[in-house]
Amino acid sequence: MSEHPSTYDPKTGVEKWLDKRLPIVRLAYDSFVDYPTPRNLNYWWTFGGILSVCLVIQIVTGIILAMHYVPHIDHAFASVERIMRDVNYGWLIRYVHANGASMFFFAVFIHMFRGLYYGSYKAPREVLWILGCIIFFLMIATAFMGYVLPWGQMSFHGAVVITNLIGSIPVIGGPILTWLQGGFAVDQPTLNRFFSLHYLLPFVIAGVVILHIWALHVTGQNNPAGVEIKSKEDTVPFTPYATVKDGLGIIIFLFLFAIFVFFLPNSLGHADNYIPANPLVTPAHIVPEWYLLPFYAILRAVPDKFLGVVAMFAAIAVLFILPWLDTSKVKSMRYRPVMRWFFVIFVVVCLALGWCGAQLPDTPVIPGLPSFNLIDGAFNSYLWLTRFLTLYYFAFFLVIMPWIGLKEEPLPVPASISEAILAEHAKKKG
Amino acid sequence: MSEPEKDHGGEGDPNRRDFIYIAAGAAAVGAVGAVVVPLVAQMNPAADTLAMASTEFDLSKVSEGMQVVIKWRGKPLFIRYRTPKEIAAAQEVKLSDLKDPQADSDRVTAGKEQYLILVGSCTHLGCVPTFGEGQFGGWFCPCHGSHYDTSGRIRVGPAPTNLEVPTYEYLTDTRVKIG
Repeated sequence: MSEHPSTYDPKTGVEKWLDKRLPIVRLAYDSFVDYPTPRNLNYWWTFGGILSVCLVIQIVTGIILAMHYVPHIDHAFASVERIMRDVNYGWLIRYVHANGASMFFFAVFIHMFRGLYYGSYKAPREVLWILGCIIFFLMIATAFMGYVLPWGQMSFHGAVVITNLIGSIPVIGGPILTWLQGGFAVDQPTLNRFFSLHYLLPFVIAGVVILHIWALHVTGQNNPAGVEIKSKEDTVPFTPYATVKDGLGIIIFLFLFAIFVFFLPNSLGHADNYIPANPLVTPAHIVPEWYLLPFYAILRAVPDKFLGVVAMFAAIAVLFILPWLDTSKVKSMRYRPVMRWFFVIFVVVCLALGWCGAQLPDTPVIPGLPSFNLIDGAFNSYLWLTRFLTLYYFAFFLVIMPWIGLKEEPLPVPASISEAILAEHAKKKG
Repeated sequence: MSEPEKDHGGEGDPNRRDFIYIAAGAAAVGAVGAVVVPLVAQMNPAADTLAMASTEFDLSKVSEGMQVVIKWRGKPLFIRYRTPKEIAAAQEVKLSDLKDPQADSDRVTAGKEQYLILVGSCTHLGCVPTFGEGQFGGWFCPCHGSHYDTSGRIRVGPAPTNLEVPTYEYLTDTRVKIG
């Protein structure tokens, strides 16, 4: 809340001196100590803090890895193996970085689904939401380029397949592809520039995160009731309430993180990436990292090469216009009895798309079941399952959301956050 | 664009001021363009990358029914010595059955029909097709299931076009220069 008056009171002479010249302590105090947060925030709201921790972990481990990594096609793979075997604690730092990417995406997906469920994208938080979408897109680009750096078989051929997507753009695709790869194929120039950009983009993400938090502090946080803060009774100070709650969320998240790093460090990766890149042999089954599988599935669902690329990018682009697709006046799906079921189906569809992205398209979904050919593939195949799921993915945003918002009869929305809490307490007691 | 003259005590000619605005704006646009061109162009293939664009190969290294894969411009190059049966199969196909119609004779050098030289990069998304597999005995791409025939033409699958035939010339009877 921009109108929240500053309560920072510099006590010592040094603080007073600094406050007159650069009120940075005041900014931090007003943003993270005395900042009023809705008193009904639940644990789904701790993922913002968790994501900040993820970004810091990736940047710190990434800078360290760059001290030992060699961005050259003849040395990249060996330098990564050297980090794993010879560099002091190199194995730990690389496993934290590699699994950290997965943890980052896991947290960001929950953060986005939370925003979707509680209507955090709606007025006045459209810009906040769009900044989040930009961060998500930058994360995908960064993760993809980072995956190329170890120069294993999956790195190399993943880079070939994904850069070739750009080549499918009519007329200008070819020259852009050559420009992007810096040659006639994925080679030394490609690896070198991917390393440069992979180092750069996290800092761009950090910059957009600052804008994201700025926008958050202008509008104030959304909350599970989806009604705006109306009085002081609706809020508690950020410290200690949100700090401690975020802290617990972060600790539990780090447990999960540690389980992967220490017990399942390669479970989320692909074994083929421990084979050095060989441009003359393609692995039998190319798959991206798990967090990109839903988008990969959408790409493969469309029979035309270029339109598949368009659909994949549209799946992300549609998020940017989400604030204007939802016609409902009610923010939180707590009070939207119809929409919440479409939301549950949407979450299941996203998970199913991820599952389909890892399967070969021609494989039958239910083995042994008789099937028939529909247009260009067996009906009982992941190809057609993916197509139906893709259809729901887009229909959810472009049809269901605008339409249900107009038709749905929402439940009564509480007048204020404090009223919502009192009603909940009364229900528990009574 | 120009403000009333009286605000400036009657000094200055509005036309001259407009000219300065436009000239300054044009100079700024030109300067930005001059900065952007080298920053963008540096990512295009460098002179040494372009210099590696051609290679030579001795065809006597390939035995009948086999294929040799060499690296050219960072991509695999298939050099296949086709059997008479494979040549016949490629020549018998009706052009109307093809997704990207092209006669076998347009893809090889006349009198050297046994040697088929192709860029070994699937025209779908650039994976490397495997030799001798698929429904047509040519190549099969494991990534997304494209089948190519013994002329390297796309027959079934998502690939939009035939495997590319690079530009090459015979230096001697058994020696080719590719690129």
